[in-house]
Amino acid sequence: MQRLTRDQMAARVARDIPEGSYVNLGIGLPTLVGNHLPPDREIFLHSENGLLGMGPAPAPGAEDYDLINAGKQPVTLRPGGAYFHHADSFAMMRGGHLDICVLGAFQVSVGGDLANWHTGGADAIPAVGGAMDLAIGAKRTFVMMEHLTKSGESKIVERCTYPLTGIGCVSRIYTDLAVIDVTPDGLTLVEAFNGLARAELERLTGVPLHA
Amino acid sequence: MIDKTVDSTAAALEGVTDGATVMIGGFGGAGQPNELIDALIAHGARDLTIVNNNAGNGETGLAALLKAGRVRKIICSFPRQVDSQVFDGLYRSGRLELELVPQGNLAERIRAAGAGIGGFFTPTGYGTDLAKGKETREIDGRMYVLEAPIHADVALIKAERGDRWGNLVYRKTARNFGPIMAMAARLTVASVHEIVELGELDPESVITPGIFVQRVVRVARTVTGPAGFRQAA
Repeated sequence: MQRLTRDQMAARVARDIPEGSYVNLGIGLPTLVGNHLPPDREIFLHSENGLLGMGPAPAPGAEDYDLINAGKQPVTLRPGGAYFHHADSFAMMRGGHLDICVLGAFQVSVGGDLANWHTGGADAIPAVGGAMDLAIGAKRTFVMMEHLTKSGESKIVERCTYPLTGIGCVSRIYTDLAVIDVTPDGLTLVEAFNGLARAELERLTGVPLHA
Repeated sequence: MIDKTVDSTAAALEGVTDGATVMIGGFGGAGQPNELIDALIAHGARDLTIVNNNAGNGETGLAALLKAGRVRKIICSFPRQVDSQVFDGLYRSGRLELELVPQGNLAERIRAAGAGIGGFFTPTGYGTDLAKGKETREIDGRMYVLEAPIHADVALIKAERGDRWGNLVYRKTARNFGPIMAMAARLTVASVHEIVELGELDPESVITPGIFVQRVVRVARTVTGPAGFRQAA
């Protein structure tokens, strides 16, 4: 079993983002997708702290901490970009104006439920940020995560055991082993990487994956 | 002549009472009105409820207000950060109440207060722990959660430029919660780096009209530094 690297995963997600899309890339793994969007494809990156048309990180020494992304890292604004306040920014999400949002996850269920904000641990301090708004806001929600936990358990599950971020909100799952669509009839395998057979993937995942 | 400018941050906070609900602008360090927070610490009001996206970074600004023991409760979306040690300690020892709100609900609850809305149904959070016990309703086949407005006694915000009528413009992503918090509080205090003559702000570009602002105070320009910085995983 040969897994995709994090950058290969990001490149695979980037392939599915068409020109003209309004896109929010979540913190962590999804942020890498930005590095793989071809420069000749015009895509509008949204950051929930109030900007559209987000550009790459500034050159060292040119950081402006009044211009940051949702992870509070300094970024740049592309020509044509815009700033706006928080209520407008989340109206873009909640109002269904974003085409695609890419999020990390602890677990995704067969029904497209997402768990990605809280481990539920007794002494873990909860922090939700924009996760719940992002989960339900975009026209399509992509999840990007490793297929298996470090101990080999599937992160695609019948029912999430971690606290939920949103219900039935995930449209597509990108892992280091496969691309899987969430459909009303269950999960459908779109693509398995590096020759992995569907039966073997299904065994690893522990839930049915339709052809 | 109407002049909302005041000479000092201390004068800007006159009348803030114990037990007040205080909104503080900013997303991490961007837009955080540090000089006004310092003045609030010096003012001495206690038993405060604070509304902010975060719960303080490092040892300055909001973190310093928490450390001074002035805050009873914080309403925010993202308290836990790499440098939120002051909040973490107070929360774990039970000395600080936390109301955790999804960020978009936080923004809309603040906006609703400012816009005279008595509550609203939002899809965000439906079916999650953060909607437990809240009224839900199906509207056109989708499930929504009823959320209440958040009103404040005081809003402390940071803008870039203002005039004596309280009109404001902001700088880049430091705008964030400023415009909606200005609407939601009975007393809005804006720190600005520059006070300009009436008419100098392009009326087409004013972001917060002066009706939402009661006091304006000039503070020296300081460069916003990194705060709550999280390395990409």
